[in-house]
Amino acid sequence: MDFEFFVNLLFSGLTRGSIYALLALGYTMVYGIVKLINFAHGEVYMIGAFTTLIMVSVLTILNLPILAIAVIAALVAIVWSAGYGYTLDKIAYKPLREAPRLSALISAIGMSLFLQNYVRLAQTSDFLPFPRFLPTVRFLDNYDGLSSSQFIIFTTTTVVMVILTIFIKFTRVGKSMRAAAQDRMMATLTGVNVNKTISVTFLIGSVTAAIGGILISAHVGQINFYIGFLAGIKAFVAAVLGGIGSIPGAVLGSFVLGLTESFGAGYISSDYEDVFAFIILVLILIFRPSGILGKPAAQKV
Amino acid sequence: MEVLKELRKSLLLALWFVVLTFPIMVIRVNTITDTIEWRWERAILMAVGSFVGSFLWKFLLARQEARKSRQTAKGSSEASDDGASAQKSLTERLLARLGWTRDTLREKKVAIPALAILGAIVIVFPFVTSIYQSNIMISALIYVILALGLNVVLGLGNMLHLGFAAFYAIGAYTYGLLNHYFGVGFWIALPLGAAASAIAGILLAIPVLRLRGDYLAIVTLAFGEIIRLLLVNLSGITMGPSGVKSISRPGLFGLDLSYTQAITYTYFICLALVIFTVFIVHRLENSRIGRQLVAMGEDDIAARAMGVNTSRAKLTAFALGAVWAGIAGVLFAAKTTFINPDSFKVWDSVLILCMVVLGGMASIPGVIAGALILILLPEYLRVFSDYRLLIFGAVLVIMMVFRPGGMIPKRRKAYKLRPEELQGSAAVPVGGGEGDAP
Amino acid sequence: MILKATQLSMDFGGLRAVDRVDIEIHEGEIVALIGPNGAGKTTFFNCVTGVYPPTEGQIHINPPGGTEVSITGLKPNRIAERGLARTFQNIRLFPNMTVLENVMVGRDCRLKAGILGAILRDRRTREEEEQVIHDSHEILKKIGIEQHVNEQAKNLPYGAQRRLEIARAIATEPFLLLLDEPAAGMNPQETRQLDDLILRLRDVEKLTIFLIEHDMSLVMRLSERIYVMDYGELIAHGSPAEVKSNPLVIKAYLGEDVSA
Repeated sequence: MDFEFFVNLLFSGLTRGSIYALLALGYTMVYGIVKLINFAHGEVYMIGAFTTLIMVSVLTILNLPILAIAVIAALVAIVWSAGYGYTLDKIAYKPLREAPRLSALISAIGMSLFLQNYVRLAQTSDFLPFPRFLPTVRFLDNYDGLSSSQFIIFTTTTVVMVILTIFIKFTRVGKSMRAAAQDRMMATLTGVNVNKTISVTFLIGSVTAAIGGILISAHVGQINFYIGFLAGIKAFVAAVLGGIGSIPGAVLGSFVLGLTESFGAGYISSDYEDVFAFIILVLILIFRPSGILGKPAAQKV
Repeated sequence: MEVLKELRKSLLLALWFVVLTFPIMVIRVNTITDTIEWRWERAILMAVGSFVGSFLWKFLLARQEARKSRQTAKGSSEASDDGASAQKSLTERLLARLGWTRDTLREKKVAIPALAILGAIVIVFPFVTSIYQSNIMISALIYVILALGLNVVLGLGNMLHLGFAAFYAIGAYTYGLLNHYFGVGFWIALPLGAAASAIAGILLAIPVLRLRGDYLAIVTLAFGEIIRLLLVNLSGITMGPSGVKSISRPGLFGLDLSYTQAITYTYFICLALVIFTVFIVHRLENSRIGRQLVAMGEDDIAARAMGVNTSRAKLTAFALGAVWAGIAGVLFAAKTTFINPDSFKVWDSVLILCMVVLGGMASIPGVIAGALILILLPEYLRVFSDYRLLIFGAVLVIMMVFRPGGMIPKRRKAYKLRPEELQGSAAVPVGGGEGDAP
Repeated sequence: MILKATQLSMDFGGLRAVDRVDIEIHEGEIVALIGPNGAGKTTFFNCVTGVYPPTEGQIHINPPGGTEVSITGLKPNRIAERGLARTFQNIRLFPNMTVLENVMVGRDCRLKAGILGAILRDRRTREEEEQVIHDSHEILKKIGIEQHVNEQAKNLPYGAQRRLEIARAIATEPFLLLLDEPAAGMNPQETRQLDDLILRLRDVEKLTIFLIEHDMSLVMRLSERIYVMDYGELIAHGSPAEVKSNPLVIKAYLGEDVSA
């Protein structure tokens, strides 16, 4: 009984961790290059979920099989979210690249507020039921601890991480991203098109955020315009926890945060579920501001 | 040719926005009846809007570029004169239409009648308008105090504080709970609320002393949420989400006040406290403390190397900012007589931030104007009230991109030296500050 | 001596930026610290002024008329209070403050006014403020940038910004002034004027000067003693003539093998 409870918490923690990881990647990559907390990142995740819901409803009229609907809707949502990510960078951040960081940060908060209310006004402020379209995984039928959707979330996240790691390590664009993250000036001098690289970073971050948004919505079964904000902040906490700028760090931090929340809610109190993330954040920033995997950076003087 | 190219660009941009916003703007799903609503007219609106908007955006960007290049291209000797003219604020330009400058406002023959008229309007206001109007004005005044408080942290210290509503909450709950459990009155709770809030400010500042800009923002945000969640969950003490009810209104020597009188009385308390706040904040700004804060905000390392104790300056900024939030909180609890955690969310902090940014960071008249506009405009233009938050978001982005100094940008105090000063005798600073007297 | 660093070392991760450096400065001297880029000179300054706490070693000061104390690991503002002031290699003024305000910030650590004073504006606070304004203006005159008094620091021409950094440092009333590449980016004429300024600071203001500089002609003209660093270590030390002919120094600047 107790062990079953533990396993349940473990899997729910891993599921949360997976979603945080998908979101945290966007934060960590953007921060790596532009040194900016993209507060609107969570809204891209929310828009991904909304677009999926809308597309599923539209496609249902065509009487396609559920899996086809799910795949098409998800693809459309991912592409559109990437479009939002790209556009918000061009509007709210690009003009501020040389401005004080405080300006860009305030602009980011403005963008987040704007996108939330854009969806609230264009759609609704109520919770909407989200189709649970994730397919059932047969071999899990006899096992209660892990649900199909949890399994799918976990696997998808792993696959995305592997693809992303390969992309960043071995492709030309990936190398440009790493170069720009190390030293933007130097990267420009060696022929890296930094502006394009930043755009690509926003695109990739938005894609993974949208995937996260779709998966978690299908798992939870409902969405509203506000789901992105808290998830976004927590994913940022995860990125800081792992060491901001570091991709493996973001993944590790996400799982640590997901598990902490899950076990904290299970064994301590679910009332304070959200507080755990913030307390972890405060503690990590006091005792190890560079995060678990980050390198301590001396400030240049 | 050039025009055609620009037109084509804007058309493509409009197309991009139509396609991008298509699913969310045009399609609306009703999940209960399982029907889909197509709102094509919105696609057209979006097309026209983004087409026009792109021109506006380009125009503003070009103007800003021109201003920037003018500033850098200019010779050093004329730097100060032209620099000032390039940064002319909206108010200055309006004044110029009348043939005035900012200094005209400070001349006695203009300033005294202007202040007298303003004072008369403000004093008569609650007697000639309805209670409803007075209540709105009280809210606006409370927000002026909040925004001036945040301005100490953000405007002077350049630190992005996203948990300011938490201090507001601490002030409000200090009064609410003391009143509920012990029957403590407003006037005793006022300093207590300020003190509680200041202590919380210092407690928050200690762990974040080492943090820089963006980390500071996220930790203050986290702090704000922790406080709110505590208020929700410690229901044994705070009465949780249902909040504290029937808090007493401010007392006046034990007199029995009618509802109308009580509101009028509260209005004047708020007014007095606004004047008090402006007075103190203005004095702090033009003092050693203000200089320390600005120096720390501009370059922490250099300030330290010059002997400024930036740790203490940071604590001071957080505590001083929190004091005003605490006072505003007590006022809020006394005004509404009912408080619950919903009034102190992240977006309330962002709203205060928006006031400071819109008005002009570090500029006292700017911040006051920002707070008044953002509270009064949605109240009086009901059409806007639905779009309030959307517009606030847009305001933050647009201000940062095109006018980071705000509507009424801060002008640094110029110290004028007497002629004999040039020979090295006693120095006396002569006027010249930003919005000198309250 | 008035400043003594003993076996001072600074590590960043696995990298040793400053390696067991011993330096001594005496009252009234002009001493230069030179070396190729990345030799650890600025890091050494940062350790002395408290920006980084040194990994190992000690720093002692002995102010004129005072007693010897250790300042190892003190915070930068405490070190400034004790009479060490510095400028920065890549100018770090307070860009939006006026020139006068920049200097007034420098004087901050000698002031006493607190919050209450700021609010009440009592007689003592007012007098203190007036004194600061007066003194700061005097300093601007000495440094020769008083015509910019109410301009924002960011609008100053480059040379004036460098001078303002020196003015701000002097305002802290130091006995030892550390200048980090004061002539960087200056034209020959401006550099000449800087020569005069530095000499005047030593002779008239009775300051001791310790400077990092790449402009060898300035170093040779001004300094009485020179320390040379390379790869974090002190490789030579002596009079300008001695250092100029030191084979180790020549090697450090020209490389091990010139043909490579």
